[in-house]
Amino acid sequence: MTDTPAPRHIPDRLDKPLNAAIFSWEALLVAVAVAIFAVNSFASPYFLDAWSLSDLTFNFTEKALIALAMALLIISGEIDLSVAAIIALASTMMGMAVQAGAGTPALVAIGILVGLGCGAFNGLLVTRLGLPSIVVTIGTMSLFRGIAFIVLGDQAYKGYPSSFAFFGQGYVWWVVSFELTLFLVAAVIYWFLLHRTSFGRRVFAIGNNPVAAQFSGVRVGRIKFILFCLTGLMAGIASVLITSRLGSTRPSIAQGYELEVITMVVLGGVSILGGAGSIVGVVLAAFIMGLVTFGLGLLNVPGIVMSIFIGLLLIIVIALPIVWRRVRRERFT
Amino acid sequence: MKVFLKYREVWLLAAIVVLIGLISMRFPGFAAFGNLRQVFNDTSILIILALGQMVVILTRSIDLSMASNLCFTGMVVAMLNAAHPAIPIPLLIVIALLGGLVLGAINGFLVWRLNIPSIVVTLGTLTIYRGATFVISGGAWVNADQMSPDFIGLQRAAFLGIPVLSWIAILVIALFFLLMTRTALGRSIYAIGVNPTASVYAGIDVGRTKFIVFCISGMAAGLCGYLWISRYVIASVEVANGYELNIIAACVIGGISIAGGIGSVGGAVLGALFLGIISNALPVINISPFWQMAISGSAIILAVVLNARGERRQGRIILKKAEAA
Repeated sequence: MTDTPAPRHIPDRLDKPLNAAIFSWEALLVAVAVAIFAVNSFASPYFLDAWSLSDLTFNFTEKALIALAMALLIISGEIDLSVAAIIALASTMMGMAVQAGAGTPALVAIGILVGLGCGAFNGLLVTRLGLPSIVVTIGTMSLFRGIAFIVLGDQAYKGYPSSFAFFGQGYVWWVVSFELTLFLVAAVIYWFLLHRTSFGRRVFAIGNNPVAAQFSGVRVGRIKFILFCLTGLMAGIASVLITSRLGSTRPSIAQGYELEVITMVVLGGVSILGGAGSIVGVVLAAFIMGLVTFGLGLLNVPGIVMSIFIGLLLIIVIALPIVWRRVRRERFT
Repeated sequence: MKVFLKYREVWLLAAIVVLIGLISMRFPGFAAFGNLRQVFNDTSILIILALGQMVVILTRSIDLSMASNLCFTGMVVAMLNAAHPAIPIPLLIVIALLGGLVLGAINGFLVWRLNIPSIVVTLGTLTIYRGATFVISGGAWVNADQMSPDFIGLQRAAFLGIPVLSWIAILVIALFFLLMTRTALGRSIYAIGVNPTASVYAGIDVGRTKFIVFCISGMAAGLCGYLWISRYVIASVEVANGYELNIIAACVIGGISIAGGIGSVGGAVLGALFLGIISNALPVINISPFWQMAISGSAIILAVVLNARGERRQGRIILKKAEAA
């Protein structure tokens, strides 16, 4: 006990024991996903079909793309409620460009750039002026969608070029859609960014303690600004996909998506208070939400009743570990 | 005078007076007493909802489920009225209050006992309550011709020249004023928002107080469930869809800090009136109603920019004062 040698090196992270992996959030989500998948397969004979399963992915890929960036933003302790409004504004701008005779490449560029610009606007307000993001983005949510309403009123833009339809309706290979491929590629990129780069470590550091992060040399403001830009960028990409899939733009497009995206992120195990979360969890949560809505849809359950299941799922999945931990603690003490 | 100008409510009131002045330049009849009375009546429901939301935000929480709660309790009383027109309206109002209370208590219980962040809980119940409205109504509407004349007429009856709806709002404002300034509960709500840890040491049961504020916001939403349905004489699943953000917007414009602890009854009322005046003014000065969303969005951003200047670094300012003394 007198001279214990100091450990030669301190590991970056502790090896997880097996039972920690079994009881991890991701494992819980996998179990839920498998259970829902099994129930769906039994409940409807049409479920286990390659094309059905392919259609299923259209339910969530657009929202899930935004959820990837939103996960990073929420981990850093901020939030963006304006993503659905960004979709509406970007889609409106694409519609205006179509009226002016823009081609497909220009449309895609406009959609993405408008998204990026809106994200940067949010980021500037939050980081430069030091405003709470939840209030700022409630404001910009009304502002962005409000501009779409001013431009469009009760009208709609149509007449997108046929080559533009590929992004939301096209298939890369057999039943694998362009949307799904894009989502999977983006998921890998975001996984790498969050879990394998120093940028990702800084995002976690900011979420856990922004003041400490600042004092250890992390540029808190700049990283948060980048995260708002990324979220806006993903909303712009989602806008291209949705506009392409629907082939028209109304100012009410993607109404209420922001809450579904946040539900997806929280269901994926990201702490709404910041500082914890994983991309794998968010991807699993996206699939779970897609499975629930599609499975219930096959059973002719109306969309609004599905939202009850999503809401219950959110609260139960969050509450279960808390209740379980409490029950265990009471038994052992 | 200087002390007077420190209150943000004074500034907001000045902004509203200027706003009314500008509108009057385009449409002189707007500032007439009869019209302003009408604007207040139109804004009554938003005022009640904003006050309910205020007590929640003051404790560093948020209630996103208020509009869905309103939709559900409104549907319940509308269906009760359609099926049993004999039930007296005061009893229906009590039922609406209790219904809202139960839904609010569910939120409060999850926040209090399970320690789930309020934004997550109410995000979930937001969809659950609206979905439940669909389940109890089967997706059907309750139309004006199914409602009893009393059900529709009560809030329109005039008392001393002012509609009952406005009187209800005035009564609610008075109750909230007493609650926030004259009761221990009101002081605890502020204390929790300013410093939850210190509140625990001061003997305040933080969890229980949060439970109570969600019950209060639930009751406000329930009351507005009846008021909304009897005002717009239609009950459907779409009632007040997305309205939760208008409620929060009214609070933010009214100077209630989303970080908790800062805000007043007067601020919430003025914030709601600001939005109400804009929505009433746009049609009469010939601006397309499609502009309303963008204008209120800009107002929210402007309000939060202005409010942030007053809120920042309050703790340090106190220390500096102590140093100087």
